[in-house]
Amino acid sequence: MSDKPSAAILNRRRFLGAAGLAGTGAALSAVSAFAGEGGKPDPLITEVQDWNRYLGDGVQSRPYGSPSKFEKDVVRRDVAWLTASPESSVNFTPLHRLDGIITPSGLCFERHHGGVAEINPADHRLMINGLVEKPLVFTMEDIKRMPRVNKIFFLECAANSGMEWRGAQLNGCQFTHGMVHNVMYTGVPLKVLLDEAGLKPNAKWLMLEGADAAGMNRSLPIEKALNDVLIAFAMNGEALRPEQGYPLRAVIPGWEGNLWVKWLRRIEAGDQPWQTREETSKYTDLMADGRSRKLTFAMDAKSVVTNPSPQAPLKYKGRNVLTGIAWSGRGTIKRVDVTLDGGRNWQSARIDGPVLDKSLTRFYVDFDWNGQEMMIQSRAIDSTGYVQPAKDELRKVRGVNSIYHNNGIQTWLVRAGGETENVEIG
Amino acid sequence: MSRLAKLLFAGVLGGSLAATPIVEVSAQQVAAKSSAKLGLGRLALPEEVSAWDTDVRPDGKGLPVGKGTVKQGDVIFQEKCASCHGEFGQGVGRYPVIAGGIGTLKADRPDKTVGSFWPDASTFFDYVKRAMPFGNAQSLTNDEVYALTAYVLSMNDIVKDENFELNEKNFTSIKMPNAAAFYPDDRETAEKHFWKKDPCMKDCRAATTKVIGRAVSVDVTPDSKAGPKVD
Repeated sequence: MSDKPSAAILNRRRFLGAAGLAGTGAALSAVSAFAGEGGKPDPLITEVQDWNRYLGDGVQSRPYGSPSKFEKDVVRRDVAWLTASPESSVNFTPLHRLDGIITPSGLCFERHHGGVAEINPADHRLMINGLVEKPLVFTMEDIKRMPRVNKIFFLECAANSGMEWRGAQLNGCQFTHGMVHNVMYTGVPLKVLLDEAGLKPNAKWLMLEGADAAGMNRSLPIEKALNDVLIAFAMNGEALRPEQGYPLRAVIPGWEGNLWVKWLRRIEAGDQPWQTREETSKYTDLMADGRSRKLTFAMDAKSVVTNPSPQAPLKYKGRNVLTGIAWSGRGTIKRVDVTLDGGRNWQSARIDGPVLDKSLTRFYVDFDWNGQEMMIQSRAIDSTGYVQPAKDELRKVRGVNSIYHNNGIQTWLVRAGGETENVEIG
Repeated sequence: MSRLAKLLFAGVLGGSLAATPIVEVSAQQVAAKSSAKLGLGRLALPEEVSAWDTDVRPDGKGLPVGKGTVKQGDVIFQEKCASCHGEFGQGVGRYPVIAGGIGTLKADRPDKTVGSFWPDASTFFDYVKRAMPFGNAQSLTNDEVYALTAYVLSMNDIVKDENFELNEKNFTSIKMPNAAAFYPDDRETAEKHFWKKDPCMKDCRAATTKVIGRAVSVDVTPDSKAGPKVD
């Protein structure tokens, strides 16, 4: 593939660069920045561009396609100081650069406890043992011969927004809210596999275990397992990505991401929870009184405005699009309200695209901006009537040390120049 | 066109002309249809189950036969664990602190260690056996895991005698100091007030709303302009 930048492309890059600078400066214009400004014709229209004259790459120059080279900054990012090592760490989905409800597979945030296990599907085994009539071993080939379903679900890490309990810390929705993604899974209902092994009547809990170097294990109540849990091998129509548990992962709709064991190799049936490290010392919620909630599985309703946000400031006065995402682990999103004045007055946002159970839901507010300072917030309301609480309402119940399950309302301050900041208001 | 092909063609047309509803099948429906056994998979052999089934529960289920003393654990810990967790379990860099912190859980900056926070000793055995040492998982013998558990319990003053030997018989006698402080998810009662009938839409708070905290003053956001190298 030829990758020599043409003069025209270089010119265009400089052009875009300059426009980008203008966008963050004080001189905000209400019209598009460069189209025929000052009566001068736009050379991008009046001159024949290289891509309009010369042949582009042929088919097969990108046998597995990737985004345009002009989208290079749309990547997952990490916060190096958060964790001791990159193998037990997390990175974040660039929510401010995405639209619709589906997260592209390569941008789904990563959270590993022992690095990415690279497993040849031919070498992968899934065992079911414990309180079953018949302990069984399945190959990937076996699993792909079982009846399968397609379902879209969000996956949110319980620690999403966990850095924000004490106040505004990270300046960007990628970092404050980027531990969530939304994917169509193809997989087998876990019940199909459990029926094959035959659960004993005293099987009340399952332990799911990964094949990674953390041997990730979590306990799951049997009611949930039999209700809507999937054992998935595909996401967004193709095989799971290695970072997402290739070749096999658990899908636990609406419940905290840590339960969605990746590289799933074993399911054990038992009569009580195992009290594993990740459900006792981690993923429990320390309250102000020193006690801790545990087995807090469901993700409370939550939303965030992704544009504007600190990484995506406003550039123009006049017409603008405010957008964001909302989700609930207890059902569908019924309504999203947006305020531009820090919660004094609210309006209901326009929801567009599918509104699905336990899925991200996309909302918009199309508005005119006259350059005044704004304090933008969004508030999700789900099908159970749960209303996303303000951060202070949440702190009143939980204190500031619980790390997990922070679904408080986010505030972005948009300044007169369009710059946008993560702030706490009072 | 053969008769069969015509029939098939008509079938396709008919199917596409009729308003086809989006089929939403629940996981249970699919599972119910297949409740007759599929005959897939094979019996797991006892050797296979025991190779993978190393999990240990608070009631002692899963504990292997074995033993180890505090003293033995000290030697193993200094050799295999201290480089990350520190000689005294104080943690190196951002690796987990595993000792001390008792009485800090209500403090402004709590220290959640094995001693101050973990409700069950079995969790430590289960986790170390499956995941430690970090980067060389499942390399410890059962006796080594018993010894390390004994040592970390002694670091946290949960066992006092350096000659104490932990084994599968006395394991469940260990009681963790913070065990009683955990309770099941009570959000639906404790946070019932988050289910509101009519959330306020107009004049919901004073016009004097002020910024009281800014992420830019904390200044810990990675420079998103630089970003990771993606070439």
